[in-house]
Amino acid sequence: MANADCIVIQGSNMAECHPVGYQWVVEARMRGAKVIHVDPRFTRTTANADKHVPIRAGSDIVLLGALIRGVLEQDLFFDEYVRHYTNAANLISEDYQGPEDLEGLFSGYDPTTHTYDSATWQYAQDEDGEPLVDPTLEDPRTVFQILKRHYARYTPEAVETTCGISPEDFGYLLRAVTENSGRDRTTCFAYAVGWTQHSLGAQFIRTASILQLLLGNMGRPGGGVMALRGHATIQGSTDIPTLFNLLPGYLPMPSAAIHDRFDDYVTGVGRPETQKGFWSNGNAYAVSLLKAWWGDAATKDNDFAFEYLPRINGAHGTYQTAVRMLEDGVDGFFILGQNPAVGSANGRMQRMAMSHLKWLVVRDFSLIESATWWKNGPEIESGELAPEDIDTEVFFLPAANHTEKAGSFTQTQRLVQWRFKAVDPPGQAQSELDFFHALGVKIRERLQDSDDPRDRPLLDLTWDYPLDEHGDVDVDAVIREINGFHIGGEDDGRAVDGFNELRADGSTASGCWIYAGVFAGDENRAARKKPRSEQDETALDWGWAWPANRRILYNRASADPQGLPWSERKRHVWWDADAGRWTGSDVPDFPADRAPDATFESAYGGTGSLRGDDPFIMQADGKGWLFAPSGMIDGPLPTHFEPQESTVRNPLYRQQNNPTRVTMPREDNLSAPGAGLPGSEVYPYVFTTYRLTEHHTAGGMSRWLPYLSELQPEMFCEVSPELAAEVGLEPYGWATIVSPRAAIETRVLVTKRMRPLTIAGQTIHQIGLPYHWGSGGDGAVVEGDSANDLLGVTMDPNVFIQASKSLAGAILPGRRPRGPERQDLVEKFRSEAGLTQESGNQHLSVPVEDVAASAGAGRLTEPLSQEDLEVAYGPHGTGCTCDTPMVEGADFRRAEQPSPTTHRRTDDRTGRVDILPGAEAVAEGPSGESAEGPAGETDDGGRDEAADGSADESGEEAPAETPNDEPDPTKGEHSGPGQQAHGTDQQRRSEEDD
Amino acid sequence: MTTQVRRETLAEGSAVGEASMEESLTTDRLGEPTEHRSWGAQAHERKGFFTDTSICIGCKACEVACKEWNSNPQDGTYELLESSYDNTGGLGANTWRHVAFIEQDGDRIEKARESGRKLVGLGMPTVGPPTGAATTPGAAASNEDAAASGGGCSGCGPSGCGPSGGGCGSGGGAQAGTTIEADLLSGLLDGDGTTADLSNVDTTPPDTADFRWLMSSDVCKHCTHAGCLDVCPTGALFRTEFGTVVVQNDVCNGCGTCVAGCPFGVIERRDDGTINTPTDRDDRSASEMDVHDEGTANKCTLCYDRLLEGQEPACSQTCPTQSIKFGDREDMVEQAEVRVRDLHAKGLTEARLYGANPHDGVGGTGSVFLLLDEPEVYGLPPDPRVPTKDLPGMWASAGAAALGMIGVAALSFLGGRR
Repeated sequence: MANADCIVIQGSNMAECHPVGYQWVVEARMRGAKVIHVDPRFTRTTANADKHVPIRAGSDIVLLGALIRGVLEQDLFFDEYVRHYTNAANLISEDYQGPEDLEGLFSGYDPTTHTYDSATWQYAQDEDGEPLVDPTLEDPRTVFQILKRHYARYTPEAVETTCGISPEDFGYLLRAVTENSGRDRTTCFAYAVGWTQHSLGAQFIRTASILQLLLGNMGRPGGGVMALRGHATIQGSTDIPTLFNLLPGYLPMPSAAIHDRFDDYVTGVGRPETQKGFWSNGNAYAVSLLKAWWGDAATKDNDFAFEYLPRINGAHGTYQTAVRMLEDGVDGFFILGQNPAVGSANGRMQRMAMSHLKWLVVRDFSLIESATWWKNGPEIESGELAPEDIDTEVFFLPAANHTEKAGSFTQTQRLVQWRFKAVDPPGQAQSELDFFHALGVKIRERLQDSDDPRDRPLLDLTWDYPLDEHGDVDVDAVIREINGFHIGGEDDGRAVDGFNELRADGSTASGCWIYAGVFAGDENRAARKKPRSEQDETALDWGWAWPANRRILYNRASADPQGLPWSERKRHVWWDADAGRWTGSDVPDFPADRAPDATFESAYGGTGSLRGDDPFIMQADGKGWLFAPSGMIDGPLPTHFEPQESTVRNPLYRQQNNPTRVTMPREDNLSAPGAGLPGSEVYPYVFTTYRLTEHHTAGGMSRWLPYLSELQPEMFCEVSPELAAEVGLEPYGWATIVSPRAAIETRVLVTKRMRPLTIAGQTIHQIGLPYHWGSGGDGAVVEGDSANDLLGVTMDPNVFIQASKSLAGAILPGRRPRGPERQDLVEKFRSEAGLTQESGNQHLSVPVEDVAASAGAGRLTEPLSQEDLEVAYGPHGTGCTCDTPMVEGADFRRAEQPSPTTHRRTDDRTGRVDILPGAEAVAEGPSGESAEGPAGETDDGGRDEAADGSADESGEEAPAETPNDEPDPTKGEHSGPGQQAHGTDQQRRSEEDD
Repeated sequence: MTTQVRRETLAEGSAVGEASMEESLTTDRLGEPTEHRSWGAQAHERKGFFTDTSICIGCKACEVACKEWNSNPQDGTYELLESSYDNTGGLGANTWRHVAFIEQDGDRIEKARESGRKLVGLGMPTVGPPTGAATTPGAAASNEDAAASGGGCSGCGPSGCGPSGGGCGSGGGAQAGTTIEADLLSGLLDGDGTTADLSNVDTTPPDTADFRWLMSSDVCKHCTHAGCLDVCPTGALFRTEFGTVVVQNDVCNGCGTCVAGCPFGVIERRDDGTINTPTDRDDRSASEMDVHDEGTANKCTLCYDRLLEGQEPACSQTCPTQSIKFGDREDMVEQAEVRVRDLHAKGLTEARLYGANPHDGVGGTGSVFLLLDEPEVYGLPPDPRVPTKDLPGMWASAGAAALGMIGVAALSFLGGRR
């Protein structure tokens, strides 16, 4: 970031939530860069930026889409980059239709399942299966022309009426990013959960990726779309995941009935026949993982023990798991590095869910609220729960903190950094590594005489880590296993140098293929700490970045098609014609000797077919995807929809909300009706949740510490002077905030940093709520009501993150009622609004038959009247015909299973498939419930270090989106591992930082 | 006696002739003494901070690192202080670094910009581009002339001289001219003593002009003429070999004289009033912490213990954006001058230095600040004066009065004889 000429921070409060990383923004400013903060609030980031552009929460795609439109219409894109490095010239299927044609929908929508079949989004092909292209970009079916049409309605006027941003501010932003892009200059975007935590969060990031590809800012110094991860090793806990649908290195978790055979699974990962990116070697990565886990028990004859892997048969994210608990479908639960009673959306639902468990293990530093809800929680106070009626047995185990154990942190730039143990943990506190190792040893002892085949995966695990003199697991042995080693032959036992050494024949093992090389030459390269004064700015000898120690992904794009740097100022990696190799200050992210002018006949055929100008080597076709033919559940191009509880009608399309968002219609998870519908006036204000510098997520690492607690001692809300006057709020007095889920009280900060926005003549007031406080924990220095109790659970369909940045509520002066009257107040508002389970949960705002008709007959043009709206989805939403009821006991979203064919095409990469009829028995793997338990957020990024062992399931918090400079957050059969970084539900946490 | 020397040099605008009295004193490039009677032979360069508030992100890591390192008691009430994001209030016995948060809207920003511009305009034709290093003595001399011709204190706003601190009103007109020159403008000069015409340099102010949120980390100033040290009756306060001012808690008897002696309100006695503070509401309770050095005066030591080990202070080491810099005081002042010049060149004329002026009422401070508004806005005194500053004058007056009385008495005798 220090190399950027312009930095746009949007969807992130970087200075407050990533203060250490913000030093690079400060440095860029010192070097003359312009820093722009696009955010609903004026924050500490804004205070250190050149320009604040206030925006209505949840409208980011309109702003970014308008920038795309401006760049295209005014010919401001980086022509040579776009033509050579993106899929702009590809022709898309003749059957493709987009929101322009279908009132906001794409072709392929199934109103019964609320999902898309992406068949019509594919590249058009000739008879030989080769993609059709038009290098002139003029064919109306080219990606370039489709992009132009798609964003034609994203005008500066639309920005003003949707985002509340003036044409002057929009013009400033457009000028800033275009003047600072090109051969000689680069612009970067930074985001965090302000983009991800929406019902279409993954598409927010896609929009920025498209813009950055058009401007030529991908793979170059000072460019990219920077995903700011929530804390210390959230990146690491995605790489070696704590996610239900991923295996290490972004390999998908196999799905029941779809991946029954190893061959099917490998096809899902990637094969040379359909790929020229590095996923075509998926077979080698998967076999090496299985060899690392099951050693000699994994043989060619048994498909390398593929049968031992658990299968998923639906979404088993944190919220789905909570629902299964409520339905008594979960016996036990491990909580590590997380405090779901405070940190997860709809806290009451989380606490009630835990009361259905038979046993609960909490590992933390203190008795956090998730360990004490049964005696001191809000539901005890209200009388809804009584300790004597709760059967859950709660175990509390003390945890070691990050200074008390060795391991690695993988940070936002994919940089793996080692830290050493400084002191012994106090008392019985243990590291996660030691805990899970000991647990595994005990379980295996218990099972050693078993002849039940289901115990084989546990008994055959390579669980032979050497112990040091204190009886602790040797951490180096773990990271060495992650790195990988050779098996048999003359190299037997030698650590692999990189993932190119991995083989599919069982002669290598690697616990996480993208980390292959971190222990090359039997040296822990993550522990390299050469001072910056002794090396150049790229600092390749500080830590180790996956993959292959590359500091900028896709850095082939930092050179022009001929292999020369785009400019001296921005040189990074280039072709050395004399040596016949790529060279530069970074490790080239390209086959080292592939000449820039290398061409091959076939479009696919493995990495040997990558052309010299295919920089995006993890993509199936080597190009940056402006248009995503596969990988995105909710459409190939980002399209604006309003948040679930928006107080505004969608100004761009008749379709109001993301038609594929994951809703959870339940009595304990009610939603406001949505703009324009009766009852919506009961919840007139928008609230948004976020973090403060002074606290750490749900407070487990800060509210117990006096030095941090005194800095931000009390829960507060931030409101504008205008809203304070409208409602009658006293500065620093008390306010009660009511949502359809809960009521909380806060102190009131009246500040001009909050600003009402005018949207289509309507004044929109936004209320800011930090979410660090909770009540009932033992020994917390400060307590307060939890903002996350207000949140409902509605999720992004790609990654199952909850929407927590734009919700509807009411605010009243004064403190909330105590005891049972608290819930009475919530109930009063609900009945006034006439809420039902269907409220706000309609997927279609356009009558089903109209969509079906328009699919054949072109677009609908008549706006819907209020009557139409009510016909479409009922006065309170009750007339909806398209929502399906909860499926008993598990994945609640859909009753019908789309055909396996559809899944194979769209869902393999994410493992996001749904319950199969008659297959509700979830394949609980060796790690059982814990594998699907929410992972950590409260604490200590220290707990989730990659080297803490494969069973570590703590901490995944932050936006999982693009690891770093990644061009294109799509995933899917034809994309690469970088892409898969998105396919996680770890973004779901409301806890996550901003 | 040393004080006497200093006063004379100020009045004469030159100290060169007084060398015999000042052998142990460091002088700045104007030949002015920057140190005071507590200064002995220095084993090290004088150390100090440069706190650049223009890049402070208000993370408060300095506050926490300071308390952690020094094991200072938590001293907040665990209630909102009703002061934006500031909940620790100010420097005291336990909080040795404190971050202020100030929310301002457009007209205040313009006033700050205007007042900073005026400070520059005083005697200075234009803002110079960042062309060179520190000014030469010759440059300073011409600068001084220019400042003098600018009419003394005429540019001072209602709040005094703003950044340039204490010169205004603390002495005669001659001092005032010197004062203005030194703190604000010395960094704005070309190497050859002339100033460049910046009329064709883009000095458009930055883009957000209708609102701002100032953040600033305050700390003990480690004054050249330290009031706390001057008045300490027990010798508990001393000047270290790094030029800093430190309390020896095992010597301090808790008399509290130093508390009144500090013109910045920094030093405070650690007692029941500042620890385990009682709270208003029963759902708040102060933490129980071990309290050391209870009943004695406490303040920032500039991490004396760390300096002795060759380490930098905890606050500057932890500062993520290098808003707090630590080093030789002379270097700090130079960096500060370069920075203020850069900001002015960008049109940010609200930038000004605080504590860099060796002619203010405390002889300049070891902790130098770059501020974006007048000092009062941050809770800093615009015109800090060491309380012993007037002692020589008082002694002189008292002496004169005594002489007069003796004269009267003598006269009466003489008259009686007549």
